[in-house]
Amino acid sequence: MSSNLNTIRDLADREYKWGFVTDIEEERVPKGLNEETIRVISAKKDEPEFMLQWRLKAYHHWASLERAEAEPKWANIKYGPINYQEITYYSAPKRKLSLQNLEELDPEILRTYEKLGIPLEEQKLLAGVAVDAVFDSVSVATTFKDKLAEIGVIFCSFSEAVQKHPDLVQKYLGSVVPYTDNFFASLNAAVFTDGSFVYVPKGVRCPLELSTYFRINAAETGQFERTLIVADEGSYVSYLEGCTAPIRDQNQLHAAVVELVALDNAQIKYSTVQNWYPGDKEGKGGIYNFVTKRGKCLGVNSKISWTQVETGSAITWKYPSCILQGDNSVGEFYSVALTNNYQQADTGTKMIHIGKNTRSTVVSKGLSAGHGQNTYRGLVKILKGATGARNYTQCDSLLIGDKCGAHTFPYIEVRNSTARMEHEASTSKIGEDQLFYLRQRGLKPEDAVSMIVNGFCKRVFRELPMEFAVEAQKLLSVSLEGSVG
Amino acid sequence: MSLLEIKNLYVEVDNHEILKGIDLRVNAGEMHSIMGPNGSGKSTLAQVLARRESYNVTTGEVFYDGKDLLAMKPEEVACEGIFMAFQYPVEIPGISNAYFLRSALNAIRRHRGLDEVDAMDFLPMFREKLKLLDMDEKLMNRSVNEDFSGGEKKRNEILQMAVLEPKLAILDETDSGLDIDAMRIVAKGVNSMRSPERAIVVVTHYQRLLNYIVPDFVHVLVNGRIVRSGGPELALELEEKGYGSMEAGARQATSA
Repeated sequence: MSSNLNTIRDLADREYKWGFVTDIEEERVPKGLNEETIRVISAKKDEPEFMLQWRLKAYHHWASLERAEAEPKWANIKYGPINYQEITYYSAPKRKLSLQNLEELDPEILRTYEKLGIPLEEQKLLAGVAVDAVFDSVSVATTFKDKLAEIGVIFCSFSEAVQKHPDLVQKYLGSVVPYTDNFFASLNAAVFTDGSFVYVPKGVRCPLELSTYFRINAAETGQFERTLIVADEGSYVSYLEGCTAPIRDQNQLHAAVVELVALDNAQIKYSTVQNWYPGDKEGKGGIYNFVTKRGKCLGVNSKISWTQVETGSAITWKYPSCILQGDNSVGEFYSVALTNNYQQADTGTKMIHIGKNTRSTVVSKGLSAGHGQNTYRGLVKILKGATGARNYTQCDSLLIGDKCGAHTFPYIEVRNSTARMEHEASTSKIGEDQLFYLRQRGLKPEDAVSMIVNGFCKRVFRELPMEFAVEAQKLLSVSLEGSVG
Repeated sequence: MSLLEIKNLYVEVDNHEILKGIDLRVNAGEMHSIMGPNGSGKSTLAQVLARRESYNVTTGEVFYDGKDLLAMKPEEVACEGIFMAFQYPVEIPGISNAYFLRSALNAIRRHRGLDEVDAMDFLPMFREKLKLLDMDEKLMNRSVNEDFSGGEKKRNEILQMAVLEPKLAILDETDSGLDIDAMRIVAKGVNSMRSPERAIVVVTHYQRLLNYIVPDFVHVLVNGRIVRSGGPELALELEEKGYGSMEAGARQATSA
């Protein structure tokens, strides 16, 4: 057993390959957060008055929360105090004011994305994927914009949306995650610097996968991006996001907000492969990933589906959720969360059933290795009017080694007696029997573990778009390196 | 040179001595049966040969194909051509039988410097073996051993053996839990594997499997020692007289 354990451990200790730093001139606002910081950010982005006012309201709300209890304390995670005055809230590569095409983009940034495997030159991109690249606080490039515009799909940076489509932004911004939602969502609303914006018009099935690739580069900065996706009646869009950051000793804060709105008969599929720097083997450094993601199925027969593969970050705190307001609407959450070394994850979902015959599916696969602590936290709430609502929840944990932990906190609130709820849960351990069986068939221990883990996560991986599924499998085996043990 | 040569093997599990001086030679082309009552050490011997690490070899040597078997890891043993059919096959949820078996085949082929087999070439071969073992094609896409009946699991082991074509196959109580029809099918699979290049060691408690698979040699293992060796007729004698007589014989031998 012990030598099997060692192999698992070795497997989990492979290096974080995305940890390089791009040397580039950045424009920053001074560290710290006050009303002036907000005004500077808003002015730099040349925002309309409604945006500034919204940010200021958010800031004051956040400041009152900070004076009270600061971060919410209910999550099963431990970390030292965060000094919000020591963070830089705006950092952007110096560049021309408006970027007409990729040739104007700093070649260092282009090279960064190439190194990350995300070439931004359109001819080199995977067929069928349009990319918005966010570098520190700003969106640096969006591909296939013109092609998408021909069919009326708006895919651009949030800043550009504020300039060009202020009506849409004003209508939907904060409509799913209000600035008062929680501590981190308030902070994001006050200081968010960029992100992606998507609008898919009525009846349009977006022909490309839309993708945002987030990269934190600068030190001692926070990344606060905001994504807003609106799928108008009868439309469909599939959206992917990926993220990485350099290796640094200091923890860095990432507090994003994602809002999705699906109108009548619309569908949004949102996939995440999160690979922020997780910290080193002793738990030093790494990203604090405090993220609020929520979708509203506003229209009848609408559907929102979240798929996430969370392998990075020192701490992950996120609960991609669905508000099922329209009758017959559907919410889905498929999640793989891996914690290795000293990583901590408290993640799950909320499914709020408001409309009639609303349905939700939750499939969560938690993997813990090393000293990792992995918590599933989920709420399924059936409101009074949600006649005929159904939920299926499956929540499985896999332990690798004997120093890690798996925790499950499912909450179920039912206010309508016609609701049907199913909840299945399991906890298992990669056992010596399984490993020996695979090794007796000729597989090396690391391949054996990777096979067991991939089998465990299959139900989630098959919800990912093809290229992402392959990527996710690879990522999982890299993130597990050194954990066989 | 024998394919497998075991010399004076002593093995402990949790500080408890299980095997107490085993000597055995197995040549290519031969089929051996190791029989014995529960707790005699049959499965321990099989597991040690497959290099399960929780078994502690205190004395003795094992040579496989002239190499020191006890210095090898489980996956090396497998890649060198030793296959063990498990008494309790393990479930691997989410991994299809076909994918698993192709990965195993390719791991072994890589070890031998051969090209990997792609899915297109693998399927016809896999189908042929399925047919041999009278197994449903649906098994290809089902997760390894998950929701398989006891008989299906055992047939699946023989299927894997047929695909991986080992030089030395060790069948650990493959007959336990099989009904008579399944036993015939398993026996057919095993018999089809007999060849001058291959040795098969059948570990079993009961004689009945040996009605279908006729070994060249039978060894009776009692209390960690081989107390008698002989031809197939020894199995019939056991069937008639039971292990009791052999155990008594063993006690006499020890005290003498």
